[in-house]
Amino acid sequence: MKPASFKYVAASSLDHALALKAEHGDEARFLAGGQSLIPAMNFRLARPSVLVDINALTGLAGIDHSETGQVRVGALTRYRALERDRDFLTSCPLFADALPHIAHPQIRNRGTIGGNLSHADPASELPALAVAMQADMRIRSAAGGRTVAASDFFAGLLTTDLASDEMLVDITFPVLAPRSGACFMEIARRRGDFAIAGAAAIVTLDEERRCTSVRLALCGVGETPVDASAATSLMIGSRVTGEAIDAVAAGVRELIAPSGNVHASPDYQRHVAGVLVQRAIRTAHQRISHAA
Amino acid sequence: MQPDHHEIELTVNGTHYRRTVESRLLLCDFLRHELGLAGTHVGCEHGVCGACTILLDGDPVRSCLMLAVQANGHTLATVEGLAPAGGELHPLQQAMHAHHGLQCGYCTPGILMTMTAYLTEHPSPSEDEVREALSGNLCRCTGYQNIVDAMMDAAARMREAP
Ligand SMILES: Cc1cc2nc3c(=O)[nH]c(=O)nc-3n(C[C@H](O)[C@H](O)[C@H](O)COP(=O)(O)OP(=O)(O)OC[C@H]3O[C@@H](n4cnc5c(N)ncnc54)[C@H](O)[C@@H]3O)c2cc1C
Ligand code: FES
Ligand code: FES
Repeated sequence: MKPASFKYVAASSLDHALALKAEHGDEARFLAGGQSLIPAMNFRLARPSVLVDINALTGLAGIDHSETGQVRVGALTRYRALERDRDFLTSCPLFADALPHIAHPQIRNRGTIGGNLSHADPASELPALAVAMQADMRIRSAAGGRTVAASDFFAGLLTTDLASDEMLVDITFPVLAPRSGACFMEIARRRGDFAIAGAAAIVTLDEERRCTSVRLALCGVGETPVDASAATSLMIGSRVTGEAIDAVAAGVRELIAPSGNVHASPDYQRHVAGVLVQRAIRTAHQRISHAA
Repeated sequence: MQPDHHEIELTVNGTHYRRTVESRLLLCDFLRHELGLAGTHVGCEHGVCGACTILLDGDPVRSCLMLAVQANGHTLATVEGLAPAGGELHPLQQAMHAHHGLQCGYCTPGILMTMTAYLTEHPSPSEDEVREALSGNLCRCTGYQNIVDAMMDAAARMREAP
């Protein structure tokens, strides 16, 4: 099908885009990569009356490494730019694992990190990464700005904390801490499909190789990304063992309540999530370099 | 709602165009119906099949997931531009021909546009890498094997080409 009629405006500045959104509210949508919005409009699942194209706002795109300990990524940064920035993939290695799972190269050439996170598809990889990494989302409206933690940003199925006049402008990711390893894994029916389940793990050790922190988040198994870090508390203070990892996986299977879909029953999703948690934690642990 | 029209200027296969388009016109439909470049095919209109893949400033993208108005100021390439009219086929087209890489041909333009860009960036891919690069283009006829063979051969031909 074809989109219903709308008024198209190519925003000429951030203020222009924000003013249009303040004026039209929910009737208006920002157009970023269009890789979720245009299909929804083609199916007439979305019928915005005003489309505010933000693609010319190049100031919203880019990866800023200038501050120590964190990387700031502009909302309009395309997947392709993230995939090609070696420093970014080194600082935020979960992205190196996750980006190739997002759709296909043709879609990664257009899709943006801000559009992905604002769309808040619970099966998407990046909301789970943002939660696992404890990213901060910077939000702007014509009236001002605020910063929201990733854990508070994802409010429900395809729903975020963004108000109708607000835009996500950039995301700050802490760089991987010393003596830490990270891993993201997922299972999908076919290459590039949305995940049946996925798990992101970040393991941090002390000098004696005892575990000081595990961050764990899942995608595809709830209405939002699921922060399962609490299920790893039994690992803290000890060396990482296979038994402990098995116990975490069992805890995660208890914690989640997947709803199932045409590709997978809830039981299968729960099973797969546990296996992915085991493998992701094990691999993250193995990746911690002894030198660091 | 009143139709919302915009004037756009763009370059497709080296030719400059200036047109007035309705904002809801998809780029694939603009190419096919306004410019008569019907080599770009439309299968699913939601980004899954890859039949509509074109190059936007050199990068493969879905033309069903862009509005024509968004192409304003950009440089596009479609399958019609791969080989000069009446001239020799592009090495990728020659390899597809030699290896029977198509049956109905519906998927072929999208595959050619995806893979010209891919092979230019990755001149010596492995077969696994070629399969991954093809993963965003569905073919319901061939079973892919002949397409993969054609791509491996095309990579060799493109490496040899001056
Ligand atoms: C075939 C196919 C397969 C896919 N597979 C996957 C997959 O495996 N994993 C995955 O994660 N995604 C997948 N996607 C979706 C893709 O990643 C999208 O690019 C992404 O979900 C949305 O990003 P976008 O920049 O294209 O946003 P758009 O489509 O432009 O926008 C999406 C929504 O966010 C809003 N928005 C955009 N930018 C902002 C902003 N800065 N502030 C506030 N609101 C904003 C828009 O108004 C719209 O409501 C797939 C898409 C296709 C077509
Ligand atoms: S028609 Fe564009 S991807 Fe299928
Ligand atoms: S040749 Fe028929 S779809 Fe590929």
